[in-house]
Amino acid sequence: MLEVLFLFPLCAGLLTLLLPSRTVRRGLLLLVAVTHLVLSLLTLLAVGRGQTPSAFFGLMEPDAVGVLFLTLASTLFCAASWYGVGYLRDEALKGERTGFQDGHPFTNAPERRFTACLCFFLAAMTLVTTTRHLGALWMGIEGTTLASAPLIYFHRHQQSLEATWKYLIICSVGIALALIGNLLLSIGFYRPGLVMEEGLDQVGIFVDMAREVRASGFYGVQSPWLQAAFVFLLVGYGTKMGLAPLHNWLPDAHSQAPSLVSGLLSGALLNCALLGILRGHQIMLAAGLGDFSGGLLVFFGIVSLFTAATFIVGQGHYKRLLAYSSVEHMGILALGIGLGGSAVFGAMFHAVGHSLTKCMLFLLAGNILTRYHTLSSYDVRGLRWTMPMTGALWTAGFLAIVGSPPFGLFVSEFLILKGILSQGRWLVATCYLLALAVIFVGMSIPVLRMVQGTRPRDMQRAEPESACSVLPPLCLGVLVLCLGVYTPVWLENILRRAAALIGG
Amino acid sequence: MTGLLQLLLLVLTLNNLALLGVDRLRSLIRLITLQGVLLAGVLLALDHILLAPAVLIIKGGILPYLLNRTRRRIGAEPHLRPRFGYGWAVLAGMGGLLFSFWLEGRLPMPPGLFPPLLLPAALTTLFCGLVLVVGRVTALSQVMGYLVAENGIFLLGIPLMSAGAIWFELTLLLDIFVAVFVMGIAINHISDTFESIDVNRFHNLRD
Repeated sequence: MLEVLFLFPLCAGLLTLLLPSRTVRRGLLLLVAVTHLVLSLLTLLAVGRGQTPSAFFGLMEPDAVGVLFLTLASTLFCAASWYGVGYLRDEALKGERTGFQDGHPFTNAPERRFTACLCFFLAAMTLVTTTRHLGALWMGIEGTTLASAPLIYFHRHQQSLEATWKYLIICSVGIALALIGNLLLSIGFYRPGLVMEEGLDQVGIFVDMAREVRASGFYGVQSPWLQAAFVFLLVGYGTKMGLAPLHNWLPDAHSQAPSLVSGLLSGALLNCALLGILRGHQIMLAAGLGDFSGGLLVFFGIVSLFTAATFIVGQGHYKRLLAYSSVEHMGILALGIGLGGSAVFGAMFHAVGHSLTKCMLFLLAGNILTRYHTLSSYDVRGLRWTMPMTGALWTAGFLAIVGSPPFGLFVSEFLILKGILSQGRWLVATCYLLALAVIFVGMSIPVLRMVQGTRPRDMQRAEPESACSVLPPLCLGVLVLCLGVYTPVWLENILRRAAALIGG
Repeated sequence: MTGLLQLLLLVLTLNNLALLGVDRLRSLIRLITLQGVLLAGVLLALDHILLAPAVLIIKGGILPYLLNRTRRRIGAEPHLRPRFGYGWAVLAGMGGLLFSFWLEGRLPMPPGLFPPLLLPAALTTLFCGLVLVVGRVTALSQVMGYLVAENGIFLLGIPLMSAGAIWFELTLLLDIFVAVFVMGIAINHISDTFESIDVNRFHNLRD
């Protein structure tokens, strides 16, 4: 089953490059998305039942955290592909046009390349989420960078090229630093004369070794190497995850990519990078160095929250607004995980809610962009008149992302707050609440201005919105709402098991 | 073999400083080719016989070929444009070298893992790569900086390589090859769209 999860999108991507028919290519994309989702859910159920699915001699062997992020990536890919079918159909009709950002003419990259890269991107994320080999995880994350760079440059204009280049260089150098983290971990666990176990569950091997050393009470040369390793992993994968102040590429790439790609980058890719950090944190906890790694995560979490708050207030570009909101939510995740205890469960729950909501919002941002031809929130007015369905979902999505009840993010943010307060960390709680309050106000002004207000005179009252553009975000929105009012037992079970792996 | 290894690491370190001092793109590519050959030599000196030819082919052959092909295709300016003077760059490299030696003395080293000079040479290579990334304004030289930094990380990992994990090293090489290939394509587009590969022209996306 796991073999198919990885190989099917990979082979479909290669096949897409050869297929001449657009319709067949789009059909294949949908087939990949649906098959992947079904297989991911089956894997989730298997892991939930306590089984350990394995493939490629143990290279792919997901645990609770991995399978959670795998299912999330798969769900978002399914929604994005469904949306993408309509999007690609509309884009194919447009041909060369003038860019509304700079007034220069531009065309799109070939659709077959775009579709193929989407499949490769899914395959790379599958590898990241299912492996417990740190080297393979690193390769998967580098693979996501290489597969997603052409996706960002789908609209071939100056802005998207600039964003693509920054993304490629900053993330590649960042991920290279994460590779140093992997090497330092190996150095930390190196013992002369001892032949290291050549298993593919590297995380498990390192965790066991760390526990052994901890039990023996002799750290020797290990501790500084492990601390240095975690710093490199945090800086490397943190760059890709968009933790401030390493987030520079994120607002550019997310704002310039086609909206379905932005949704995948924000909702699925950032989780993959987070997983790299979580693996390091897992090992640090086993080595008894959880306070060090947790402290760093809390620090970066708070910095990210305040950086996001600073850039969200007065932000006039609605896709950049969503991108900075991702920086905020990555900060919340880092904070929750770094605190440990009950906050970790809240963080895992938050990862689910954020992914679904952010993908929904980016898909809706795509609808708004298609209709209004502007990225400025000042120029978008009267959404409730011109696009009633998108307008309503945009408002619901905004309420969900800022953590209003009854949506899932309210529950998760509240759980994290409870975790902070239970540890008596009043300063952290104050910073957390202050940043959330500022972000709530900062986001509500442009969002409500876009929904309310008088519609532009040259715009028709309401044109019917296509099912492909509205139903995927609607489904994601319903899921976020359901998470807020009811958490199924199987989901709670997998979240608890995921949290238990990382100190929850 | 130890003497040969020391010699190779010494030449590699000098090569790093030369990388920061050259002002011509072609010379920079030649030095990167030499670095790939030296890395293959280090692997050979440490008995990684299977991996050495792969490194020689990819880092000493294919990657420099790709860089040269991109340089010719876009008609890149022969001279590099530094953000700060070459002298300062070499000085920074020497600072990095001294820091690496200092760090080697401070860190509790696992006995027998690193041959003498390897850790400082690897860290200096990494540092010089990062100086190239931030210290040169063309997209092509940033890719070369990335490659040099990656060579440093590769060197750092050599003592940890085991025969059982050769699949990982080969996949890593393939990954780097694809990365440089994708970056090369991006540079072609940058050259066509901006009529230059000067990254200082990237100022469209700001808050």
